[in-house]
Amino acid sequence: MRVLKAFIAVVALVLVALLVAQVPGGQSLLGIVLPYLAFAIFLGGFIYKVVDWAKSPVPFRIPTTCGQESSLPFIKQNKLDCPTTKTQVVGRMLLEVLLFRSLFRNTKASIHDGPQLAYGSNKWLWLFGLLFHYSFLVIVLRHMRLFTDPIAGFVAPLEFVDGFLEVGATTIYQSSFILLAAVTFLFLRRVVRPYLRYLSLPADYFPLMLIFAIGATGLLMRHVFRVDIVSVKELTVGLVTFSPAINGQIGAIFFVHVFLVCVLLAYFPFSKLMHLGGVFMSPTRNMANNSRMVRHENPWNDPNIKPHSYEAYEDEFREFMVESGLPVDKQPEPAPAEPEAGQAAPEEESKA
Amino acid sequence: MYGTGRIIPALIIFVGLMTFPIWYNGGKAQQPPELVLPTEYDECVRDTQFMRESHMVLLHEWRDDVLRKSGPRSGVTDRGLEYERSLQKGCMSCHYDKQNFCDQCHDYTAVVPDCWACHLEPTKEAI
Repeated sequence: MRVLKAFIAVVALVLVALLVAQVPGGQSLLGIVLPYLAFAIFLGGFIYKVVDWAKSPVPFRIPTTCGQESSLPFIKQNKLDCPTTKTQVVGRMLLEVLLFRSLFRNTKASIHDGPQLAYGSNKWLWLFGLLFHYSFLVIVLRHMRLFTDPIAGFVAPLEFVDGFLEVGATTIYQSSFILLAAVTFLFLRRVVRPYLRYLSLPADYFPLMLIFAIGATGLLMRHVFRVDIVSVKELTVGLVTFSPAINGQIGAIFFVHVFLVCVLLAYFPFSKLMHLGGVFMSPTRNMANNSRMVRHENPWNDPNIKPHSYEAYEDEFREFMVESGLPVDKQPEPAPAEPEAGQAAPEEESKA
Repeated sequence: MYGTGRIIPALIIFVGLMTFPIWYNGGKAQQPPELVLPTEYDECVRDTQFMRESHMVLLHEWRDDVLRKSGPRSGVTDRGLEYERSLQKGCMSCHYDKQNFCDQCHDYTAVVPDCWACHLEPTKEAI
C-alpha cells in the first residue's frame, strides 16, 4: 500500500506534465516558470534547513564510537572510528561522505544450527549506494553541457569516459544505466526484505521512484523519443542567463523530464534527501570524542545561575538539618550558654 | 546559531556550486548555432523537425542497411527526389560545409559523433 501510494504519486506527476505540456502556455509553465520556482525552493529550503539545524545546540559530545578511544599510550587508538582531534574527524568525515564508510561496515546476522548466531559482511547496500550516488553525480555534471555556453571544460572528458563503449547513434552513457540499475536495487531491497518493507514509508519509496522516473524519461528522451537538442539548449542556457524562451518544437517527453526534476528539487529540502546537508551536520559523525581531555560547557547554561556547592548548601541550612536530625559534615558551633538557647529558637522560626 | 564560522562559509560554497551555470555564463546573451543551408534544394530526405531530432538514427539505418544487409544505395524523398543513402556522397553533396553545418550544432551541444573517424570531410575541389 505504501509502495502503491508512492507509485500513484509518480504516475500522477508524469500524467500532469504530459497534460500540461499540451495546453497552450503549458510549455512555458513547465519549462520556464516551474524550474525557477523549484530552484528557488531548493536553495531557500536547503539554507533554511541547515540554519534551523545549526540553531539546535549540541550540549554533549555524542560521536558514535566504533573503535578504541584514545587512552593509555600503549593502547592503540582507532583514529578513524574514535577520533579525538579535528584532523581525525575530517578524515572520518571524508571517508563517510566520499566512500560511505558506515555502510561498508554493514553486517548481516544469521542463525545457524546449534543455535548459533553469526555475523557476516553485507556490502550490497554500500556497493549500490555508491554506484547510485556517483552515477547521479556524473549525470548532473554531464548535464552542464546544456547549461554552459561555451561548454565547461570538464564536460568533454567526462562524456568521453562515460560513453567510451561507443554504442548507438546517440551514444549510450554507462552512468545512465548504472543509475537505473542501482535505483532499482535500492527499491527492490525495500520491497523484497520483509523487515525493510515493514520499516519503509511512502517517503522512502517516493524519491526512489521519482529518480527512477527522471532517469527513465531522460533515457527515453535520448534514445527513443529524441528531442531537438539545440532548442533544448537554447531554453536551458536561456534559463541560466535569465532570458529564457522556447524556440522551435520540443517533444513532450522533455517537459515530463523537467517537471519531474522540478518536483525533486522542490521536494528535496523537506525530505530524507536532505542527508546531502545533514551528513555534514550529524553530531554523531562530526564531533571529536575528546570529553576526557576538554571540558565542554553546556551552551544554554544561564550565566546568572551560580554554582551552588554542597558546603554552601549546608552552611545555609545547617541549623535546620541538625534540628531535624540529618547528618551534617560540619557540626554547628556549640551554643555559648544553655538559658539563651530558649531565646534563639523563636528567632529562628521568625527567620524561616 | 552555533558553528557559524563553519556553516556560513559552507553554505556560501554550496550556493556557489549550485548556481555554477549562472555565474559561469555571466548572463551573456547566447549564440545559438547558425547553419548555412544549401541553396540548390529546398527539401531534405526527411522533414526538418525529423532531421533536427533524429538524423543520427537515419545515418545508422543507412549504414546498417547498405553496408551490412546490402540494401538499396539510393532512396526517394516524399516529393520524388532521388538521393544517395550515404553520408559523404548523399548528405555532404548538399551540406558540404562541415564547419558551418555539422559542427555548428555538435559543438554547441558537446556532441562528438564518430563519423569522422572513418569519413572524410569533402574538399572544396571535390565539390
